[in-house]
Amino acid sequence: MTGRVIIVGASHAAAQLAPSLRQEGWTGDIWIIGDDSAVPYQRPPLSKDYLSGERGRESLQIRPPAVYEKHGIKLLKGRVVSIDRASRSVLLENGERYGYDKLALCTGARVRQLQVPGANLQGVHYLRTLDDVDGIRGQLQSATRVVIVGGGYIGLESAAALRRLGVSVTVLEVQPRLLARVTAPEVSAFYRRVHTEEGVVVLTDWAVAAIEGDGQVAGVVSTDGRRLPADLVIVGIGVIPNTELASGCGLKVDNGIWVDGYAATEDSRIFAAGDCANHPSRLLGRRLRLESVPNAMEQAKSAAASICGNRLCYDGYPWFWSDQYDLKLQIAGLHDGFDNLVLRGNPEQGRSFVAWYLRGNQLLAADCINRPKEFMVARQLLVSGIGIDPAHLADENFDLKGLIS
Amino acid sequence: MPIIHYVEANGGEYEVDVPVGNTVMQGAVDNMIDGILAECGGVCSCATCHCYVDEAWYDKVGEPEGAEKMMLEMVVAPEPTSRLSCQIKVTDELDGLVVRLPVSQY
Repeated sequence: MTGRVIIVGASHAAAQLAPSLRQEGWTGDIWIIGDDSAVPYQRPPLSKDYLSGERGRESLQIRPPAVYEKHGIKLLKGRVVSIDRASRSVLLENGERYGYDKLALCTGARVRQLQVPGANLQGVHYLRTLDDVDGIRGQLQSATRVVIVGGGYIGLESAAALRRLGVSVTVLEVQPRLLARVTAPEVSAFYRRVHTEEGVVVLTDWAVAAIEGDGQVAGVVSTDGRRLPADLVIVGIGVIPNTELASGCGLKVDNGIWVDGYAATEDSRIFAAGDCANHPSRLLGRRLRLESVPNAMEQAKSAAASICGNRLCYDGYPWFWSDQYDLKLQIAGLHDGFDNLVLRGNPEQGRSFVAWYLRGNQLLAADCINRPKEFMVARQLLVSGIGIDPAHLADENFDLKGLIS
Repeated sequence: MPIIHYVEANGGEYEVDVPVGNTVMQGAVDNMIDGILAECGGVCSCATCHCYVDEAWYDKVGEPEGAEKMMLEMVVAPEPTSRLSCQIKVTDELDGLVVRLPVSQY
């Protein structure tokens, strides 16, 4: 297997895809072209211990640059602006054009921008890249009142990291509860309680109408006229998949670049993996576009196999994690369509419980807060697909290990 | 620099230099050793960096605690010397450490 593979995006998916190509037997060129950074780095710590300053920039690299060099993987900094499928080449912003034999789109996602007056003021930040966080950290010294727009994982993790630094934080959420899209009301209430206990002001049903200030942000205004002073605003309101390169060259895009279970697009030379890709899940019986590191890594392995002419179907159960304060949240599965929520432990007291999401006696997902053992059980239950007595899940005295064997 | 020996389930062996302060997991990732997945990047959240510490080394490496211990109860094919390699920091004392990798991380 010779010729050149170009991987667009220096992402988690790229960091997995390139070495996997070597393992699958690709002996030709492997180039990773990244615009945000040439060296792929870990994003999850950005809103956690990188924001709080407990981890340095270099430690975020998934692998040191020397490792790529050793395996003949070239890292290029640059921005790909278009793909020409007829000549099998990519065009970079600087005018360079590079030919490819196989192309992997690992372009990830970008932040959704806040579309209100004042959103471009100095002191309004997003959180997706290393540079974003360096920008926030550079301003933290002088910031006394931080407002976070968005009560999702990025917003809440950022709030926790900033509280560790003793910064005053207010979280604004447009929905009536935190994490509304991804958890049950019981879990939302738990996170609200913990953040409040940790000194965060949580305001729900709070829609931002404008950001005020004269050059520099001074405050945030709600649609019903409430005003909050702020000298630093962090916006975490979701991401948009980077699909423009794919749609620009005529590939199918619908909430992500359309791929099959082998990470292949309709062009036999082009593949996609990670946050930017929309793939079929046989296990769940529908298409998914996931924003998670495990998804990026597993799908990248599948793409590497396909590029080398092998077959490795990507069909795992999604899982996610979020660390805030002393809370280790591990989520197995996706809860959409649940009709029964079963609690193991009490979310109203303490900081350890499981929320099991079921449809009938079938487990769909589990939010495990400081319950690593239950998380491991949940993943195995999901894969096994066996029916479960909800009473067993709720009963702290029932050893869940018994359900697996 | 300490040398760590990784023995894959299929018998493949790797002998690699891992800087003091890095984890045994990172040593595997940097050397593209396949038996370690390391999906969470080393924050003790996924249990996909499971390894078996060679018995001769187990006392030096030490026992798992907290979340690691609980997750190890539920990994595929646990053994008495099972550890999550993201929780083993390499020191000069661990020069020569031997870890075996499981058949599967799932």
